[in-house]
Amino acid sequence: MSWSSLIPATSFMPIQATEIAKEVDLLYAFLIIASLVSFVILIGGMTWFLIKFKRTSLDQKSAYITHNNFAEFLWSFIPLIIMMGIFYWGMVIFEKLRTPPEDIAAEIHVTAEQWAWTYRYANGKEFYSSANDPMIVPAGKATKLILTSKDVIHSFYVPAFRTKQDAVPGKLTQLWFEPKQPGEYIVFCTEYCGTKHSGMMIKIKAVPSEEYAAWYHAEKKGEDSPADLGKTLFAQKACASCHSVDGSRIVGPTMKGLFGSGRKFADGSQSKADENYLRESILVSSAKIVEGYPPAMPVFQGQLSDEDVANLIEYIKSIK
Amino acid sequence: MSSAHTKTEHGHSTDHNYLNHGSGIWSWMTTLDHKRIGLMYFATVSTLFLIGGFFALGIRLHLAKFGATPLLEPDTYNKFMTFHGAIMVFMVIIPGIPAFLGNFILPIQLGAKDVAFPRLNLGSYYIFIAGAAIAASSMIFNQVDTGWTFYTPYSTAKTSNGVILLVLGAFTMGFSSILTGLNFIVTTHKLRAPGMTMDRIPLMIWALYSTSIIQILATPILAITLLLIGAEKTLGVGIFDPDLGGDPVLFQHFFWFYSHPAVYIMILPAMGVISELITAFSKKTIFGYRAIAYSSVAIAAVSFLVWGHHMFVSGQSTLAGIIFSIITMFVGVPTAIKLFNWISTMYRGTVTFEAPMLFALGFMFLFTIGGLTGVFLASTGMDVHFHDTYFVVAHFHYVMVGGTLMALMGGIFYWFPKMFGRMTSDLGGRISWVLIFTGFNVTFFPQFILGAMGMPRRYFDYLPEYTNLNQISTVGSWLIGLGFVVALITMIHGILKGEKAPDNPWGAKTLEWQTSSPPPHENFINTPTVTAGPYDFR
Repeated sequence: MSWSSLIPATSFMPIQATEIAKEVDLLYAFLIIASLVSFVILIGGMTWFLIKFKRTSLDQKSAYITHNNFAEFLWSFIPLIIMMGIFYWGMVIFEKLRTPPEDIAAEIHVTAEQWAWTYRYANGKEFYSSANDPMIVPAGKATKLILTSKDVIHSFYVPAFRTKQDAVPGKLTQLWFEPKQPGEYIVFCTEYCGTKHSGMMIKIKAVPSEEYAAWYHAEKKGEDSPADLGKTLFAQKACASCHSVDGSRIVGPTMKGLFGSGRKFADGSQSKADENYLRESILVSSAKIVEGYPPAMPVFQGQLSDEDVANLIEYIKSIK
Repeated sequence: MSSAHTKTEHGHSTDHNYLNHGSGIWSWMTTLDHKRIGLMYFATVSTLFLIGGFFALGIRLHLAKFGATPLLEPDTYNKFMTFHGAIMVFMVIIPGIPAFLGNFILPIQLGAKDVAFPRLNLGSYYIFIAGAAIAASSMIFNQVDTGWTFYTPYSTAKTSNGVILLVLGAFTMGFSSILTGLNFIVTTHKLRAPGMTMDRIPLMIWALYSTSIIQILATPILAITLLLIGAEKTLGVGIFDPDLGGDPVLFQHFFWFYSHPAVYIMILPAMGVISELITAFSKKTIFGYRAIAYSSVAIAAVSFLVWGHHMFVSGQSTLAGIIFSIITMFVGVPTAIKLFNWISTMYRGTVTFEAPMLFALGFMFLFTIGGLTGVFLASTGMDVHFHDTYFVVAHFHYVMVGGTLMALMGGIFYWFPKMFGRMTSDLGGRISWVLIFTGFNVTFFPQFILGAMGMPRRYFDYLPEYTNLNQISTVGSWLIGLGFVVALITMIHGILKGEKAPDNPWGAKTLEWQTSSPPPHENFINTPTVTAGPYDFR
């Protein structure tokens, strides 16, 4: 859009590394223009009145004006309309920022701790963050992060992608992005987390997707992929005695095709089976009972580590 | 009142007034006079402001990165940041206008002899002192590095037990806030002078009244939240700790359920002061009295429904974010109404520019920027980028500090003659205004840009590309500091050597200007009778 190029202030923003960054900046440019106009109306108007109605002699009298209903209606109603517009525009972008697309090229479990990030790929590649090990992701394709924290709340912020999500202990949150071009992008922690809060930086390195595929498959995997570890755990904890993996019904719902499906619960509510739902159901199964099944599953809270849970989730995801 | 604007109007005999009614330190410490209690808050809050300002200058000096070695250690920096925030919010900005100016002005503006419960009022002051002392003791023992928001589980699991002292101090000061609010509400309802109907009370009172409602309703939530932090830390009850089945984000809900309304505890009284100043120095009746009064109440009401806008990226649901976003947008409307009304008040008035008016105009300027940038943050899609960056730091300093402190300074210079019976040097006031106003913009405007560039807040260290703007910001902070030094000198000079003040130096219309300067012990020799609205400049 041409009007947005009128505002050099967009150049204060970091580079636009994603499509969404462009959309955010367009709203930003609009907000700056709208703010400038409002500022000129308010402060310009005020300044004009101050000059025009400056007291020049001692016996001057002010006009006696108490109110004006029409003017007051207008300056209440017009801002309301503008605010609603800005709200709607922001909401549209927010939903895009918060809704990952269907086809995800890379899924990475990211665990924050004081003062580092660990990222683990679906095939078991794992990196304890440092400036030397950037998070490798494919350029031009969508990457989804599943975030959690070992200790306090951290926040994963990529200025170039205009996106940010807290990593909360005891909870899984998610973030997605699709870098347009190969390149290196800085990641900050933006939730205050103690001494080295400002030192908790990593880089995301977006590489061409063929290169990503080669990198992903070439180097040595971890001993077992998270899904493999999850499969072992699934057997150890005897999950299979209640949950089939082939679609047949036993005591509890089958794991086949579970991930991403819609769930209906005994209390009438519904949700989609995402990572956080699986996590909750594994740890505290009584939280949401799927309609038509007995509340029979034991509570695993306190028995499984965050990593165990993440592995199980990866295994469940793999049962398509 | 044709000579209303002159400064030579002669007053009543000032032989006997509240300042010399009883002498000695004991007569102050045991006083039940709201005016003296107001001044005691003035002295206390000013002292705390200097301490909070010291930490601010330390932070800014460190961030300027002059030289190779950092000025502060990371942990020291984090403590500076925490004490700066906690002192300025809980001990300066929140009590500043209501407890100090409000206590001094409210009963006189209502034509009352005192507040409804003078003993409770003195008690509130001592509770405040006790809270401040407890909180300050955390500066000596077990320093705190959580930031003033005390987010869990950092505050409960990962840092020193000093947090308990600081939250206990804030908890205690909360009672002072609640009791003062209660006192103001009862005073407003019960002790108005004959003829002063609710639609004839000054707008300062409407603002203090709305603030009091928030104080009474919201502060208990903070108290409970802070108690829970203490319980979690000492007993390990597991409300916020995920390892014990708690929810760390729950704390943020509790905390902001108080602390967002608290933003309006800070800004509504400031708006009250501005309403008084604009009308007095335009010599014109306020435009849209009802709109301003009711918009205060509207802001107070909506303020309870917007806390979730602090949590757009916390992991709360997308839908919750959207709902909090739309409600937040509604706050913009009553705020815009006030700005338009103040500007319209100047239209066809006869405006003069003494120091208090300059501060009021400075408020308008800074608050407009603060308000407009608030719209950026209220918009969900935009906030995701700006959340917890310097953009937020700049925004809330423009609103809370630029807004509230400008109003506080304007209010002090405006009511100073009434408080001490002496005038301040107008030149001194103007010089301090120039320094503070310029300093604010030099300090905080670059921070909007830093935020857009992506610099997160609460950072001990930053990327090289942020250096220049940070250095500009630091230079600005010195200007602000200098401005407050000039203000302090001007005030001390005014108290000691100022020209004797007439009863009504500004030619204002509200009741406090109809009694002598300084007022007698019980405010009025004869109880005034009110026959018209508060700003009847005909």
